[in-house]
Amino acid sequence: MRLINLRPPSGAGRLLALLPFIFVALAYLVGSSVRLAANPSDKLLPAFASFADAINRMAFTTDTRTGDVLMWVDTVASLERLFAGLAIATLAAVVLGVAIGLVPYLRSLLGGFVAAFSMVPPLAILPILFITVGLGEAAKITLIAIGIAPPLVRDMALRVADIPRQQIVKAETLGASTWTIVLRLVLPQMLPRLLDSIRLQLGPAWLFLIAAEAIAAEAGLGYRIFLVRRYLAMDVILPYVAWITLLAFIMDVGLVALQRRAFPWFADARAS
Amino acid sequence: MSLISVRNVWKEYHDTVVLEQINLTIEPRAFVALVGPSGCGKTTFLKMLLSEERPTRGVIELEGKPISPEPTADRGVVFQRYSVFSHLTVLGNVLMGADLQAKTGAGRFFGRTFGRERAAAVEDARALISAVGLSHAEQKYPTQLSGGMQQRLALAQALMGKPKVLLLDEPFGALDAGIRADIHVLMRKLWNDRALTVVMVTHDLSEAFSLATRVIAFERRRNEPTDGGRYGATITKDYDVWPKRTPAALDAILSLSGRDDPQPAHATRRDDPAETGVAS
Repeated sequence: MRLINLRPPSGAGRLLALLPFIFVALAYLVGSSVRLAANPSDKLLPAFASFADAINRMAFTTDTRTGDVLMWVDTVASLERLFAGLAIATLAAVVLGVAIGLVPYLRSLLGGFVAAFSMVPPLAILPILFITVGLGEAAKITLIAIGIAPPLVRDMALRVADIPRQQIVKAETLGASTWTIVLRLVLPQMLPRLLDSIRLQLGPAWLFLIAAEAIAAEAGLGYRIFLVRRYLAMDVILPYVAWITLLAFIMDVGLVALQRRAFPWFADARAS
Repeated sequence: MSLISVRNVWKEYHDTVVLEQINLTIEPRAFVALVGPSGCGKTTFLKMLLSEERPTRGVIELEGKPISPEPTADRGVVFQRYSVFSHLTVLGNVLMGADLQAKTGAGRFFGRTFGRERAAAVEDARALISAVGLSHAEQKYPTQLSGGMQQRLALAQALMGKPKVLLLDEPFGALDAGIRADIHVLMRKLWNDRALTVVMVTHDLSEAFSLATRVIAFERRRNEPTDGGRYGATITKDYDVWPKRTPAALDAILSLSGRDDPQPAHATRRDDPAETGVAS
């Protein structure tokens, strides 16, 4: 049989999916024990026991200096910024994307501007944000919003413009106004697609969050990573990275579940 | 008085004449089929009736007044594809016709009917859904329906908007022969029972003659490559279908059965996956 026609049975498929993870963990174990055998105080590849210590210290005990559980405080601070930035960018995507995609006058007015603005590298304007809005939360939230809003807006505008002309004409012949076309046709059809493009922008959103936290913050997952870097505290950094990855993964899965729950018609409509 | 009157309409794109000198009046209760070779402008003509395109010259009047320059609720339409809204159920799709023409202030703002207006709309919608034979699929989404069922839904949805004229752009062109025969019976019945005026574009001559009261052919009188688009198509034939099809005479026609005819009306429709369990 040809390779392309061989399918793993369902149990084996799941096992195959686990293999790369197991391989990476084993490779780490080997590397770590080799280094630790040569130098017991090596910091680069700590043993799993050191991770357990660090996680216990960061996530389950209160810090003696601040009286907080640091990992919890960091997570809350980071997620607040991330969600605020995502919310602002999503709102911009809905308002501007629908306006540009549906209304020719607004497309002429804003289309070129959004296209040009989206080429500004967000990290390059981070200093401007720190200078103008200060080192507080606003700068970090603005960076996330500015970073991911342009692709969201442009994606939304393209998808709105892709709605078959017949659908719009059909709504017009049923008596719809521009506003009710937006409300009853464009928004309901676009929201599940918006969830898709938010999923794709989660990666960049975390990138901008951690970049902003690395430069100026008093708490946050990115702040902590860059803080303990000074002490080569790999036992803290690696669990933090894993935790960030897990959070991002859960958000992605959550958005997929939300899409399936809230828009049961969408999976079939996309396939056809 | 004639319902639609088209006077000396021309349609040109840049240097190319698509349609020239179209003159036509359509009476109320007529079922007009527009036929012609592909590229002869019959769909362009339908788009002008719909105001999706505007004539370069000439006027189109509906009940004595020039038609609005944009699509409006006085002209309903069913396209070959994309006629129904994929995010709404069958009932939701048909209700759109009432929702988008809601009378109350809140209803007009939200594009929805509320309270007693909604109850009345649901009743009307259910009647239409049952008239097109989709009662059993009321809560299904269009992607769960077969092509024939989607087009029946599109007809019900268009009729819910209470248009003065129903425009059909090759509505049954993508359907299998048997399903098309079923939907032809339905189309004739709707035209008969609901006092419709219909203008239908089709490339299927037998469909045109089996449904319409009047068949109009579009053709280019001159079509030499050297003309370079200086001559457009125009109406070359205009037949009244004989024997004259009137609503009363239809019952007699419906009771005859012919070669292409569908199975008896009360049996399961053959394009109903919901009943045969094919799609679900």
